[in-house]
Amino acid sequence: MYTILKKEILNPTVTKMVIQAPNVAKRAKAGQFIILRVDEQGERIPLTIADADPETGEVSIIYQIVGKTTMALNQKQEGEALQDFVGPLGQPSEIEGERVCVIGGGVGCAIAYPTAKAFHHAGSEVSTIVGFRNQDLVILEDEFKEVSDHYYLMSDDGSVGEKGLVTNKLEELIQNGVQFDKVIAIGPVIMMKFVCEVTKKYNIPTVVSMNPIMIDGTGMCGGCRLKVGDEIKFACVDGPDFDGHLVDFDEAMSRNRAYASFEKHERDEFCNLLNQEVH
Amino acid sequence: MPNMSPKKVEMPVQEPEVRIQNFEEVAIGYTPEMAKEEAERCLHCAHKPCVQGCPVNVNIPDFIQQVKEGDLEEAYRIISLTSSLPAVCGRVCPQESQCEKYCVRGIKTEAVAIGRLERFVADTHRKENDAPLERPISNGHKVAVVGAGPAGLTAAGDLAKMGYEVTVFEALHVAGGVLMYGIPEFRLPKEIVQAEIKHLEELGVDIVTNFVVGRSDTIDSLIDDGFEAIFIGSGAGLPNFMNMPGENLKGVYSANEFLTRINLMKAYVPGSPTPIQNPKRTVVIGGGNVAMDAARCARRLGSEVHIVYRRSLEELPARKEEVEHAMEEGIIFDLLCNPVQVIGDEEGWVKQVECVRMELGEPDASGRRRPIEIANSNFLIDADCMIMAIGTSPNPLIRHTTQGLEVNRRGCLIVDDQEMTSREGIYAGGDAVTGAATVISAMGAGKKGAQSIDAYIKARSNS
Ligand SMILES: Cc1cc2nc3c(=O)[nH]c(=O)nc-3n(C[C@H](O)[C@H](O)[C@H](O)COP(=O)(O)OP(=O)(O)OC[C@H]3O[C@@H](n4cnc5c(N)ncnc54)[C@H](O)[C@@H]3O)c2cc1C
Ligand SMILES: Cc1cc2nc3c(=O)[nH]c(=O)nc-3n(C[C@H](O)[C@H](O)[C@H](O)COP(=O)(O)OP(=O)(O)OC[C@H]3O[C@@H](n4cnc5c(N)ncnc54)[C@H](O)[C@@H]3O)c2cc1C
Ligand code: SF4
Ligand code: SF4
Ligand code: FES
Repeated sequence: MYTILKKEILNPTVTKMVIQAPNVAKRAKAGQFIILRVDEQGERIPLTIADADPETGEVSIIYQIVGKTTMALNQKQEGEALQDFVGPLGQPSEIEGERVCVIGGGVGCAIAYPTAKAFHHAGSEVSTIVGFRNQDLVILEDEFKEVSDHYYLMSDDGSVGEKGLVTNKLEELIQNGVQFDKVIAIGPVIMMKFVCEVTKKYNIPTVVSMNPIMIDGTGMCGGCRLKVGDEIKFACVDGPDFDGHLVDFDEAMSRNRAYASFEKHERDEFCNLLNQEVH
Repeated sequence: MPNMSPKKVEMPVQEPEVRIQNFEEVAIGYTPEMAKEEAERCLHCAHKPCVQGCPVNVNIPDFIQQVKEGDLEEAYRIISLTSSLPAVCGRVCPQESQCEKYCVRGIKTEAVAIGRLERFVADTHRKENDAPLERPISNGHKVAVVGAGPAGLTAAGDLAKMGYEVTVFEALHVAGGVLMYGIPEFRLPKEIVQAEIKHLEELGVDIVTNFVVGRSDTIDSLIDDGFEAIFIGSGAGLPNFMNMPGENLKGVYSANEFLTRINLMKAYVPGSPTPIQNPKRTVVIGGGNVAMDAARCARRLGSEVHIVYRRSLEELPARKEEVEHAMEEGIIFDLLCNPVQVIGDEEGWVKQVECVRMELGEPDASGRRRPIEIANSNFLIDADCMIMAIGTSPNPLIRHTTQGLEVNRRGCLIVDDQEMTSREGIYAGGDAVTGAATVISAMGAGKKGAQSIDAYIKARSNS
């Protein structure tokens, strides 16, 4: 069992947890993830490693409450334990580039943060663009500022930062003559797709972090497969980072919706169970 | 006077109409009377041809003699001398191409039902005499095993019995390998697998789940941590696809994904948090055990099921019994066909599978007649689900994260006749070495690996 050492509510739908998991902490690198099960009958879900300390064996995860399993996870309190917690899985991100732009969308910022931090520690000049729907959803602001040379906050409704999309800011910076060696985009698939359309125009190498549905996370089921160029890749072992100019985003979006009706039903059931409102 | 009936005593089974509604075991097992009657069919041939057909040389006539005499504990003891998973092998061994193939009774009539008797002996032992095993005295030497499938578990058990301190590292959240995630409950109840694993723990084997060797830690750092030898039994779990158009549509699964959702994650149980599609019409590609299991699972989810296989009935590589059971369950065999593309609907779900008809030409290297496409014979099968069961390869993770491990063209680890890899002190066996094979051959490799590791560590500590 894996003890929850700390639980922190970052915003109404995003929570951070620190878990005691020495086997994961020992070798975790930016860009890698874990798979957990909340309880004995639970589903296996992947979450990115937001932070890890090999000395103390502590691993942080930041998750958005979207469905049954993340709701069940959020029911757990400090001192309780998770059934399973395995990792680090996937390939670490490649931390190379003198001048990079890290783009995070929504809870994707949780995944983008360790990457931005790794670039910062490697001595890169880091520009960070983060986007949220509104003010209430902003997460990790201080953390990002600490590891970014430039930090740009965008919101859909203008309630915080600048009004607009992350792609607007990216294009503005490029047009103002900022030269990036690399763009790293992490967030909803649709956001990553549009970021890649921009960077393709300007020929800037772009890495995206894909989040297909996974089960084992060890390359055994092929459920996480994606079309990347002419090849089929398994996100859990070949990724989750891929060359954004080669990924077939439309297919990825379609595959992510495979269980949509099932998930909605499960979520409603769970909400009834808790007598909570469905968000 | 032996029982000269030309037929095996029939195995009681759940009726097909009943069993396609549940996931409970199809074959119910012999009663003591049936077992005795079947045991009487054995002629106790002095030259024991059946024994040579068994990859681990179970002493078949001797254990059958004990069944005849009613001493089932002695029968169990005899089987256990060479086989560590008799309840499993009695159920899933392809007996018709192993022990029973060489049975003299099989020349003119049906062979003795060796597998069914083995199962009966093991089941009776588990029900009536399942005392905890005694923990052997430690010899102080540490050995690590990678992967908790039949190969790894067998190596671990044998080493523990010799006094080694064994730790098994398993990537998934439960031990058992394919026995847990692949082979369905209705063919191999998971309770049996877990009973075997409990015995290993009684012997002092430490099973660490949720530990992916190569990621959580590497083989080399396990050696640095004081493990004197390593046995790799990581299997061949990487699913193959055909790279045809439409293979990434929703509703197209690898057999591993489909079976994992059902067996490991129990997606068929109402209320299970892991989802599975409820298909109406399923096309399964392939003709091995994996294809039969996937097809029969889909059938139990309420689907009409077609098996599409490119050769003919005679060449089907699956166990004969599974093919018969599948047919009884109403699974449709579209033989001498091969898929060429999958056609999707507007929402990206499978709608049809386009196939082409095949004919058999000259035998190929494997001795089987090579299937050849018949020009302009394409046709469509309507389907909302398609399962690819066309084989698996070893997962590359371990060879990519361990220096100096040699592999062949197919990615299988290369070992010598002692099961040692190209690195001293690192042994391997099972599907990781042979590619997808059988439970009993994986178990045999685990046994041999354990003996070699014992010899290796003894030689090292004496020098
Ligand atoms: C490599 C990787 C890293 C991830 N990191 C994070 C993270 O750091 N923080 C975070 O909040 N989320 C992360 N996700 C997404 C997270 O796994 C899903 O939100 C979670 O599985 C939803 O489970 P649920 O039962 O609560 O919701 P569900 O009701 O199952 O689904 C809600 C939504 O999540 C998607 N989803 C469902 N199951 C999975 C699955 N097994 N894998 C991926 N997506 C799924 C569905 O398509 C749906 O859109 C990551 C996903 C991947 C693949
Ligand atoms: C659906 C299906 C049906 C089958 N039916 C039959 C049958 O009827 N009869 C028969 O004889 N054979 C059958 N087989 C084949 C048989 O199951 C295999 O040959 C056998 O299980 C191989 O054993 P193994 O120990 O080598 O590997 P596996 O059983 O594959 O076990 C390997 C284990 O290693 C773990 N692992 C892998 N990589 C790592 C890592 N890096 N770190 C830690 N752990 C790792 C895996 O999670 C797994 O638990 C079937 C196979 C399948 C898939
Ligand atoms: S282990 Fe398998 S091959 Fe050997 S005797 Fe038993 S059923 Fe036959
Ligand atoms: S070959 Fe058949 S009849 Fe002869 S000993 Fe073996 S099982 Fe018995
Ligand atoms: S999650 Fe199963 S292969 Fe990637």
